[in-house]
Amino acid sequence: MSGDLYEVISAVGETIIGNRQMLTDLDAAIGDGDHGINMARGFEAVKAKLQILETESDIGKVLKTVGMTLISSVGGAAGPLYGTAFLRAAAPSQGKAELDVETVGLMLEAAIAGIKERGKATTGEKTMLDALVPAYEAFQDGAKKGKSVIECLELACEAAQKGVEYTKTIIATKGRASYLGERSRGHQDPGATSSYIMLKAVLKHLRR
Amino acid sequence: MVGVVIVSHSQKVAEGIREMALQMSAPEQKIIAAGGMVDGGIGTDAFQVSEAIIAANTGDGVAIMVDLGSAVLSTETAFEFLDEELRANVQIADAPILEGAISAVVEASLGSALAAVIATAEGARALSKM
Repeated sequence: MSGDLYEVISAVGETIIGNRQMLTDLDAAIGDGDHGINMARGFEAVKAKLQILETESDIGKVLKTVGMTLISSVGGAAGPLYGTAFLRAAAPSQGKAELDVETVGLMLEAAIAGIKERGKATTGEKTMLDALVPAYEAFQDGAKKGKSVIECLELACEAAQKGVEYTKTIIATKGRASYLGERSRGHQDPGATSSYIMLKAVLKHLRR
Repeated sequence: MVGVVIVSHSQKVAEGIREMALQMSAPEQKIIAAGGMVDGGIGTDAFQVSEAIIAANTGDGVAIMVDLGSAVLSTETAFEFLDEELRANVQIADAPILEGAISAVVEASLGSALAAVIATAEGARALSKM
């Protein structure tokens, strides 16, 4: 695997593992309190698999392995959701060792379509989509203006952060949090938060 | 004979339901538990579910009983790992996992087709206990 990709995925993994308690606390407030634990378990498993892939240069192949690993190790709903997202993002990046703005846009689009399909969800339901969909739209806006991958990701991260803030204002209609109904308002969604911090980790790494 | 797979976040729950369902089953009937994570933790694992479906299939399809939330997501993800022929012959029952499993096993033991097994499992929603 190209050193860069290895490091980007490692950085995403470290962010998730480092924020394990924060994500779990957010989930404990409105869900079953396992989001941080599950995601950290998933990315620990990814870390172990990454070693084997160190010489793999095909980005699609690496993302596929990440997706498969998350599906089999996360345990909660985030496993099939993020797992499907990585698997779908693997298709446009298959056979590629470098990514341009257009490909990253296609990857985000495919990942979001996968999450919508798997979760039978859309925006406004207090889920990861409330961070990812605005992030994707901002990314594409930047792309249309001819901005670089990093500049587009900056816009995407800003939009995702606003998306996380927005989840505080709405009630959950999907997942365990939906049992709480009105009481879920005022809390930020753990899934939207994990999506945002993953994007931010990618950006932070690429900016170096 | 239609096979039955029990998908729970808990290995113990899946195994326990399987044990109860076995009491009502025909000798050659396939009932497979897919509960918990490989490390024994609470959760659902799409790969374990797809392996269970393959193991439960004898050619007549597989009815799947699920517990909460991500059991459905993991099972639907597992469908993506099946070959097309089998994928067309599997279905999740929208039913309480224990009552649904037992109803499904009884219906399947009579040699009924997948649609009938699913319908009987879903009929378990209306079972009144009092």
